[in-house]
Amino acid sequence: MNWILLIEQTLNGLQLGLLLFLLAAGLTLVFGIMDLVNLAHGSLYMVGAYFAATFTAWTGSFVLAVVLTLPATLLVGAVVEIVCLRTLYDRDHLDQVLATFGLILFFNELVRLVWGPAGLSVPLPEFLSSSLELAPGLIYPSYRLAIIIASLLAAFFLYWLVARTRIGMLIRAGASNREMVGALGVNIRFLFTIVFGLGAALAGLAGLMAAPISTVEIGMGENVLILAFVVIVIGGIGSIRGAFVSALLIGLIDTVGRAFLPDVIGGFFDDEFADAAAPALASMSIYLLMAVILAFRPEGLFSARNG
Amino acid sequence: MLKRTITLAAGAAMLATTAMAADPVKIGFVTTLSKGPAVLGRDMRDAADLAMEHIGARMGGRDVEIIYKDDEINPGIGKKVTDELVQKDRVDFVTGYIWSHVLLASYKSVIGNGPMLISANAGPSQIAGELCNEDFFSTSWQNDQTPEAMGEVLNQLGIKSIYVMAPNYAAGKNMVAGVERTYKGEILGKDFTKWPDQIDFSAELAKARAAKPGAVFVFYPGGAGVQFLKQYSQAGLKETIPLYTVFTVDAISLPVVKDLAVGSLATQMWSPDLDNAANKKFVDGFKAKYGRYPSFYAAQSYDAIMLIKAGVDAVNGDTSDKAGMRAAMKKADFGSVRGAFTYGNNNFPIQNFYLREAIKNDAGEYTVKTVKTVFTAYQDSYHSKCPMN
Repeated sequence: MNWILLIEQTLNGLQLGLLLFLLAAGLTLVFGIMDLVNLAHGSLYMVGAYFAATFTAWTGSFVLAVVLTLPATLLVGAVVEIVCLRTLYDRDHLDQVLATFGLILFFNELVRLVWGPAGLSVPLPEFLSSSLELAPGLIYPSYRLAIIIASLLAAFFLYWLVARTRIGMLIRAGASNREMVGALGVNIRFLFTIVFGLGAALAGLAGLMAAPISTVEIGMGENVLILAFVVIVIGGIGSIRGAFVSALLIGLIDTVGRAFLPDVIGGFFDDEFADAAAPALASMSIYLLMAVILAFRPEGLFSARNG
Repeated sequence: MLKRTITLAAGAAMLATTAMAADPVKIGFVTTLSKGPAVLGRDMRDAADLAMEHIGARMGGRDVEIIYKDDEINPGIGKKVTDELVQKDRVDFVTGYIWSHVLLASYKSVIGNGPMLISANAGPSQIAGELCNEDFFSTSWQNDQTPEAMGEVLNQLGIKSIYVMAPNYAAGKNMVAGVERTYKGEILGKDFTKWPDQIDFSAELAKARAAKPGAVFVFYPGGAGVQFLKQYSQAGLKETIPLYTVFTVDAISLPVVKDLAVGSLATQMWSPDLDNAANKKFVDGFKAKYGRYPSFYAAQSYDAIMLIKAGVDAVNGDTSDKAGMRAAMKKADFGSVRGAFTYGNNNFPIQNFYLREAIKNDAGEYTVKTVKTVFTAYQDSYHSKCPMN
């Protein structure tokens, strides 16, 4: 067993998991508190990435772009909520799915009109584009390390916001009993706009952090969205803690599966079978995990409604 | 009675010919115009439009119309739009097809139903082998050929071991089979990644680093290539392990990744700096019209329109004379941008393969230059499985 490789893959899994958490946190807040199925969450991820690309090009600094992108995506989220989603809260989930699916198409076309069909790329500052030697032989890209740190900070901020502040108290109260919070005189409409904007900003943060690793392109949010939904279903809808645990679980299982399954299967079967079966199994592994967890805990690991 | 029938028949025949002369030659063009790879589809469409401009949108004395369809990089949708082109639009030719899995799904919708099929990119082994057909032509390559040329380059460079990565779909498998066929050194490991939605290669890159190969060989077309090149460089591998690619560093990815790809080597059957009149006209025309270098997708699409023109010209616009068109197209004398080539028994090109290096030229543009010829008049290895001769 190669320990350095194992540690490196664990870090990779951690990084993927944390990125998923940022996306899933917004989704689970919106789903849990506002009871809104938002398929367009991936579009906000995409918009965040495009903003990051544009602001980096304008200002010439990735760090400045990060500072500008967060409020910009928060604003986009708030506008989407006010213009479009407000009317959907009383409708059933199918209507919400249809409307937010429409939003995906709208955002994809909008991005095509504004930025064109070619992908954009976000250049990294010098100090982030190299790799660090964490331990002898353990070389890790510094940008991925930065993602891990930034996501942990964001997760901690979210924990502080939800558990320690007044607005967080309202958010938690909203998750357990919406009508009662409204009856107590809290401005639910405003709270919802804030929550949605916060979710959008988190999605934007995930998008902007993913941008330098991947290409900024149309439809980049849709594949990640599926994973984010898996995360919130496993974690328990509405639970930030659940989203955190299950995002890390999925990140690790996906990465470790991709990294080691081919060798494991290759050890039992011949090469040709391993070549065919390993990638298929690795890409299925997280869905298998979801199936198993749902069989034993249909509510997910942590359910927000029951505390 | 008999006389009347004959008059009617003659009248109908006349009507048919006049209708035929007035109707445009219809070409269906299936490519990816949405999602991430839309940029590849745009290059193909721009090239086909340029070809139409160069030929005055006329073939064999008739007007020509191209109907573009989007396959959304999805075999199911590719087949559906192909069916529409063949059954509803009644096209004379279907061309385009970036993706091998889309072409394979659409193949039976065209072949045997009237139109001729010209692949402007995908070259799955099945169609070069047992599925070959006289109504199918390729203006690109068989998938395995380009990596076979790369395997030969690796041998010539004396590289002892490689690590292989490719996406897990029809073309990815062919690419790996190709390099395995010619490369004589040791393959330390290979990874097939999920296609098209895996964008993070960290797990695979970590394995490649741990395997300590002499070189890494990859196939990542379109946007995935950009992602791969960036992550390869961020992981610090660019400095330590040389990277050799096929269909990854091209006119699509180079302007995006810029210096990250400069110096990397790839094999291809075409290059913008190939010295022949047709290529000059094509590359200069493309750059003048669109302000960027054409990719190989564009070159092959331009050739596809020119190949169709050669067929239609030879029968003076009578597209019902398929035998005449086939014979003319088989000659491959339409003046390809890749220079002279011939068609094998399976209607795939027998052509040269070149080694190309990514450079930044004096004008500050990122492009590729030809380093040397790797294979001359090289034929694919599946042609013997094709029953045609």
